[in-house]
Amino acid sequence: MSQQQPEHVVEIANLTKTFPRGNITALENIDLNLRPGEFVSLIGPSGCGKSTLLRVIGDLVEPTQGTVTVNGKTARQARAGRDYGIVFQDAVLFDWRTVTKNIALPLELLGWDRAKRRRRVEEMLELVELTGFADHHPWQLSGGMQQRVSIARALAFEPALLLMDEPFGALDEMTRERLNLELLSIWEKLGSTVVFVTHSISEAVFLSTRVVVMSPRPGRIAGIVDIDLPHPRGVETREEPRFFELVTQVRELLRLRGEHLLPEEAAALSE
Amino acid sequence: MSQAATAALAQRRPLHVPVAAALRRAAAVVIVLAALVGLYELYRWIWSSAGWTHPFVVDDTSMPHVWVILHALWQPAQVNQPALGTILFHKSLFTAKEAAVGFGLGAVIGFAIGIVLVHSRLLTRGFLPYIVASQTIPILAIAPMVVVWVNPKLPASLQGWGSVAVIAAYLTFFPVAINTLRGLQSADPRALDLMRTYAASRWTVLWKLRVPSSMPFVFSALRVAATASVVGAIIGELPSGLQSGLGGAILNFNQYYSIEPQELWATNIVAALVGIVFFVVVVAAEKAVVRRAPENVA
Repeated sequence: MSQQQPEHVVEIANLTKTFPRGNITALENIDLNLRPGEFVSLIGPSGCGKSTLLRVIGDLVEPTQGTVTVNGKTARQARAGRDYGIVFQDAVLFDWRTVTKNIALPLELLGWDRAKRRRRVEEMLELVELTGFADHHPWQLSGGMQQRVSIARALAFEPALLLMDEPFGALDEMTRERLNLELLSIWEKLGSTVVFVTHSISEAVFLSTRVVVMSPRPGRIAGIVDIDLPHPRGVETREEPRFFELVTQVRELLRLRGEHLLPEEAAALSE
Repeated sequence: MSQAATAALAQRRPLHVPVAAALRRAAAVVIVLAALVGLYELYRWIWSSAGWTHPFVVDDTSMPHVWVILHALWQPAQVNQPALGTILFHKSLFTAKEAAVGFGLGAVIGFAIGIVLVHSRLLTRGFLPYIVASQTIPILAIAPMVVVWVNPKLPASLQGWGSVAVIAAYLTFFPVAINTLRGLQSADPRALDLMRTYAASRWTVLWKLRVPSSMPFVFSALRVAATASVVGAIIGELPSGLQSGLGGAILNFNQYYSIEPQELWATNIVAALVGIVFFVVVVAAEKAVVRRAPENVA
């Protein structure tokens, strides 16, 4: 569909974000580029600005300094063009809408006709394995099911970019691991670029092609770990030695966050 | 979640009220009513047999027997007239018409005010004090003015009762405006963020998110407004000199209270019934409109 794909889906250059209230520097000098089809996790302790970074990409927060480019456009243009789908920590479903109508919400706003909407919703329900719950209201679903509806809604209009802000943070461990698997298989099927905020190391390593480790106050990139685990990944991936090595690497980077890490040191650790 | 629980969720039909629960509720209403009647008669019996005069003398004038009140409904209030119940029924229809039109008018105006105010903090700051002030003025002081101002402007078909409807609307709009504003502001900030990611216009956010979020608030205001509109209509009839409604009847029976207190009591009961009917209609409408997790229904 796109004749000339930009080299990077997201380009962040020299990004700084300060909040005037309390004079907090949430992000400082962030440089990060995301290639098409990458699954990138942002991980760090709470207060490291990882959610802020995601929100800057989504143009929900304006940067104080620096530029953010999404699909070759400014973040604002990208948002106006509905270039990304977003999933929050809570499903944020509309109580008064059924599952079907929740998933169809962005499609309605895009002006799709009823028949087209219905077809797409059916596909999405199948994708997130919720066929049979089409006419339920959100409060009749479990937390995990609600989050799957939220993912279906974010993916319904096939955005090239998916922003996920701790989407499984509120779920229990078992549900979380199952949804991790589901998300991976969806991502492998669709090939969209994903930015995934989390504070679970194993989740980040399991899902990602790259893990961006952030340090707090001011939020900086402490290091980036390439995750070379082969695809498709499954339950057994979590038991491979390489998985544990990568988890350890990320943990080391996180552990050193508070101390002043020179860029070379960080680079050495990321190797 | 277990398979069984998931299946149970899938089976669950929304808003299915079992018949047994409805029967229980009806039984509760009847039992409470019987208890209240019993207490009234018990109080009456104790005070009159003991001869107590505090806080007031209990006799057939101050507290007519319940059956005397009910019996009055089957008796003509004046010679050569239909039964009081029949007359009050027609009067209550007239008052209900005023109240319903006033309720509708007030609800629409209140809702519109809420929608305008939610979009401007400045307007809210500027106008809210006056909206509040409007309700601190006793309706009895406003009613004659409304009649004088509004009535001459009304077409013949609305003469008289139209101005009463306006008075009812005056009482109705306030709770609706305040609660609509609160309800529109109650939209989940994350949902507002979500709408931003869709680059949704103000208008779209209003209709797809803010208005549905406001519904529980709006309906709890409408419940208050429903009964207020009946009170407004009855009070509005007093300075209008209208004889066709319950307000006129109350004014009339007031004058004969020392002779035939049961007629005023009967009229009050009918007025209360009109209020209850209004309330029940709003609750039914709410049940039909608001699809919400049970714990989120205000």
